[in-house]
Amino acid sequence: MYIDPHVHMVSRTTDDYVRMARAGCVAITEPAFWAGYDRSSVGGFFDYFRLLTDFEPRRAAQFGIRHHTWLCINSKESEDVGLSREVLGIIPQFLDAPNVLGIGEIGLNKNSRNELLILEEHIALAAKYQQMILIHTPHLEDKLKGTILIMDAIKAHGGISAGRVLIDHVEEHTVKPVLDRGYWCGMTLYPDTKCTPQRAVDIIEMYGNERIWMNSAGDWGHSDPLAVPKAQMEMRRRGHFESLVHKITFENPRSFLSQSAKFSAQPLTPTAADVTR
Amino acid sequence: MPESPDNTAPIRTKKATADAYFIEHRAKVLDIAAFLDRVDRAGGEDDYRVAALRVAISLLLDGKPERARRILELWSDQTTVPIGKAHMKGAVGCVDLSSSTDRST
Ligand SMILES: [Zn+2]
Repeated sequence: MYIDPHVHMVSRTTDDYVRMARAGCVAITEPAFWAGYDRSSVGGFFDYFRLLTDFEPRRAAQFGIRHHTWLCINSKESEDVGLSREVLGIIPQFLDAPNVLGIGEIGLNKNSRNELLILEEHIALAAKYQQMILIHTPHLEDKLKGTILIMDAIKAHGGISAGRVLIDHVEEHTVKPVLDRGYWCGMTLYPDTKCTPQRAVDIIEMYGNERIWMNSAGDWGHSDPLAVPKAQMEMRRRGHFESLVHKITFENPRSFLSQSAKFSAQPLTPTAADVTR
Repeated sequence: MPESPDNTAPIRTKKATADAYFIEHRAKVLDIAAFLDRVDRAGGEDDYRVAALRVAISLLLDGKPERARRILELWSDQTTVPIGKAHMKGAVGCVDLSSSTDRST
């Protein structure tokens, strides 16, 4: 049994839901992200948020998987401040949807001034509506700098408790600064970039098992929606206790996510195929 | 193995670790060797990413711990001020080490 707390099912097939359910996935959370192209208007985001709050949870339920989501405009599109502010303006009307856990995945991509400005406005929105935050940290050479800038921006706001923020995509050079500041952290298991299952388990051995989770961040790129169960296998291969496997891949994400009353990892009976709509 | 902060790591010997991982990493070393040979056979100018890879390889044999962290830091942008504008969405994997300073590892 496991939770994949960061996976972009919008870009995955229904076969992936089947395989995830068979591998023991009971709940997922899907942050709003970049679609692979810049959306041309706020209407594109309105429809995306409808997909995340309506269609995708129904699709997941057919396989007994509970679907939750996070809303934002991704930093890859926040160079356009005008469009970003329009999107920020429509987010509140979706926050009461039954599967919305908070604001995410927000953060930085190339660490630009406009990205930082829109990040600060997302943080203010989360504070105003008392939402949890899921943070995306930049890729590759931009990650270290961006992670520090993001944590500084959250601290500067002053209204967000560190325990209600998860900073995702940590690697060996960012995990300690994130944990030292009191945040939760996520390790993303990717075939080429971010962490392999082996390195993620190394990080747990070196930095401990508190306030840390693993996710597949499966999307339209080179990624693997079964990465979390593969990391479970890696932990077992090394002789880790089953209790630790369960803590990292189920209890820890459940603890963080349950700060929202909307989160559930309770068993869900698969629903009938959604053929009548 | 580094000291486990909360005793979560099972006891493993170097031999057991090699038993589990040697073949996999033997293949990865050969991949790097073949990649550098491929680069040598190719034409054109030297590439800053390959230069950064060579520097990282030197860290593997310096006898110090936390190689993965130190290599990631080596390849990281060490500046601290936001850039004016994002001109691309992607990232290449390392900074140009010949044009940056102060990268203590
Ligand atoms: Zn993501």
